[in-house]
Amino acid sequence: MKLAQSYRMRLRRKRAQVRAFRKHFALRPVADRTRRIRPGEILLFSTFRDEYIRLPYFLKYYRELGVSHFLMVDNDSSDGGRGFLAEQEDVSLWTTKASYKGARFGVDWLNWLQRKYAHGHWTLVVDPDELFVYPFCDTRSIRALTDWLDVSQVRSFGAMLLDMYPKGRIDAVPYQMGQDPLEIAAWFDPGNYTIEKNHLYGNLWIQGGPRARVFFPDNPRRAPALNKIPLVKWNKRYTYVSSTHALLPRGLNLTYDEWGGEKASGVLLHAKFLDTFTRKAEEELQRRQHYAGSVEYRAYAENLRNEPELWCKWSEKYINWRQLEILGLMSKGNWA
Amino acid sequence: MSVGIIMLVHTAFGRAEQVARHWSAAGCPLVIHADKNVPAKTYDAFVRALSDLPDIRFCERHRCEWGTWGLVAATQSAAQMMLDEFPQVRHVYLASGSCLPLRPVQELIDYLAARPQTDFIESATTAEVPWTIGGLDQERFTLRFPFSWRKQRFLFDKYVQLQRAVGFKRRIPNGIVPHMGSQWWCLTRATLSAILEDPDREVYDRYFRRVWIPDESYFQTLVRLYSQQIESRSLTLSKFDYQGKPHIFYDDHLQLLRRSDCFVARKIWPFADRLYRAFLTEQGEAMKRTEPNPGKIDRIFAKAVERRTRGRPGLYMQSRFPVEGRENGLTSAQYSVFEGFSELFENFEDWLARTTETRVHGHLFAPERAEFAGGQPVINGALSDSAALRDYNPRAFLANLIWNTRGERQCFQFGPRDNQAIEWDIAKDPNAQISVITGAWAVPLFKSTKDFIEIRREAARLQQIESQHLNVLRSQWAKARIRIWSLADFTEAPMEPLQTIIDEIGHQERRGLAQVPRMVDLTGFGQFLQALKNQGMHPYLMGDFPVSTGGIGQPSTAPPKPYLVR
Repeated sequence: MKLAQSYRMRLRRKRAQVRAFRKHFALRPVADRTRRIRPGEILLFSTFRDEYIRLPYFLKYYRELGVSHFLMVDNDSSDGGRGFLAEQEDVSLWTTKASYKGARFGVDWLNWLQRKYAHGHWTLVVDPDELFVYPFCDTRSIRALTDWLDVSQVRSFGAMLLDMYPKGRIDAVPYQMGQDPLEIAAWFDPGNYTIEKNHLYGNLWIQGGPRARVFFPDNPRRAPALNKIPLVKWNKRYTYVSSTHALLPRGLNLTYDEWGGEKASGVLLHAKFLDTFTRKAEEELQRRQHYAGSVEYRAYAENLRNEPELWCKWSEKYINWRQLEILGLMSKGNWA
Repeated sequence: MSVGIIMLVHTAFGRAEQVARHWSAAGCPLVIHADKNVPAKTYDAFVRALSDLPDIRFCERHRCEWGTWGLVAATQSAAQMMLDEFPQVRHVYLASGSCLPLRPVQELIDYLAARPQTDFIESATTAEVPWTIGGLDQERFTLRFPFSWRKQRFLFDKYVQLQRAVGFKRRIPNGIVPHMGSQWWCLTRATLSAILEDPDREVYDRYFRRVWIPDESYFQTLVRLYSQQIESRSLTLSKFDYQGKPHIFYDDHLQLLRRSDCFVARKIWPFADRLYRAFLTEQGEAMKRTEPNPGKIDRIFAKAVERRTRGRPGLYMQSRFPVEGRENGLTSAQYSVFEGFSELFENFEDWLARTTETRVHGHLFAPERAEFAGGQPVINGALSDSAALRDYNPRAFLANLIWNTRGERQCFQFGPRDNQAIEWDIAKDPNAQISVITGAWAVPLFKSTKDFIEIRREAARLQQIESQHLNVLRSQWAKARIRIWSLADFTEAPMEPLQTIIDEIGHQERRGLAQVPRMVDLTGFGQFLQALKNQGMHPYLMGDFPVSTGGIGQPSTAPPKPYLVR
């Protein structure tokens, strides 16, 4: 039985690799600077569509954390973001007009690029609206973290998605290019998350936060998954199976301790709920390129039309990683 | 007389060079051993880079793998060279490439000069220290370990099992007593040369070659044969985590390291620029002459290990999700569950909140919504009162509530109308204090003006649910502090149980209860129960109420008297 399941997982992994191979034909290189990648460098992979306004801060944030090279896939943007990225010396850029949904929400494209360029590197897979926070990130670079993970013989590092939102209407303060989005979306839900274990892949399935509280109070099962494993010491045999929520082989999903202790973990601050969101939600509703028929966006659009406020009396204002650690949203584990 | 430094290097040669120059600048002769696995190109560049220093030697290279003999062999070669080539050396200090001197080297030299006979080496018998990882303490000296623990784990484990199965035991030569300790030591010339020139060295070497992790036991054991005076501690600050790998120091440890007054620390992250700059260039502090004091660093690392192994009780999060039985506390703090009290007393929740100064919620698991204290729609942690959200994962709901309100005791009402999915979790939780008045759910029905047929149906349903619930509370797995009274027993003498519960919650002056909650008027309750019986539905959970009067405790003629219990 166990053997059969292992074999099934192997098949799934192979299938994901074949998919990645098939889908990569849709990728057209715009600026390929991958020859500049040196051994041991930390790489970042991301796909985006019409996110030009966020890109300058995104690059700045991750450069400061110590990311050496960005490998980005542009999904048919029309806002000039592509041109901007093509000029950056540490960015390699591909573009495609193919369906985001057809590439399993971009996973296939990135799986391909990771297989090709990331073997042996620590890789970070994040969206342009996700800011990675880990223990001691204010004083230690990502390299310190990955060196420590290497010494500890850990291959993957979990960072749950934490939805950030502004106080008041989410479209009240317009976001300016280059600005830290957390200046506007500074608030989060500190303690309403639910966790279940996914016995198939062994990862945890986390839901909750403002989206469950405001958009799905009557149908929590449909609330989006918040568990993510964005930082992995990549090997070309690895593959993401469903966004960055789960990986194969399954051992990579064990980023949590089951015997009472705490492993180290981080948080992806999800600065999605800015003024840009309302427009995006309407647009995505038309495109239907998101998970489960964009049910998420349908719920958002309905709610936001009436009352675009996620903030509540018990929302917490973001200060730093130590605050998240004390609240129990992330952990230092035994890193000191 | 001076101090000689042995440096074992296998990586981060740039940093090793910096540190070597630092030692050398203070007049310390150096012998450097580089791992044989290091490529020739890197090694040659390293040797060339240091060629301008006086009194520096590179010894014969051995292949060093963690936990194997190579590290001891390397140390032996380097020590021999040190003793042979630098006759002025009185103390030999063993360091690594990732060690960093924290105090001016002159202070170390003076410190050692003041203690010319003393060997600084951590050395303890295995029986008396709990340091070992993986359960091999005495056995590491009595079994053979030809396989690498890191690279050949399977063979390592199988070979250990095999030896245990056949009862194999090595003889420890010459009756030496195995000792263990930190591999970073500082020995006197006399002791070191006695160890290296021992006529039986061949015997010891052959023995230790197959001991597991000999670098933590070879010198630590043999030093006991020759030393004049042992200080069983290492002058190198080096902390190990629960897997036996060293903690690493970063830039943000600067102040901590400064205040530790230790001579040398290990291991330093090679990119910790601020640490290297601070300790290698900014010299010339006033002579402190203080003893090393790593207490604070010890505490921080001990805490980190505890966080990793025990975690925070009652916290469920992305990197702590214990399997059943390993939670080390289902919730993070004590809380109280009241069943039937708010049905029997009109103002129970207000009264309880006033008396105990705790947060008192209504029925948190009510079918309509979670009745948070004060009727709030959202509470600490942005926990919503939506019944659907709560019932999606009731256990997480409760754990979240208790975690979010750490520092303030929570009380809530529970009853057979509520979602029962949580019952096992609270019954098994040692943090829960559960007080039950069985059958009290009948009181609201008794007061209800609904159709009697409907009341009868509802009574039958609630009785069945509560009866099941009581089985849970009385099961052998229940770990909560549980008290159960029937409605009849409770109404007869209500103050005594109330006092007990309140005392257990722990807050309030020991003067007894100043105020009492107001009990619902139970006149006619006996007849109500009889009417149910007449309809064929036998209510038994509330105990015996006589038909003629109301409740036993409440004569139907006079209003209830106030009562006080000491």
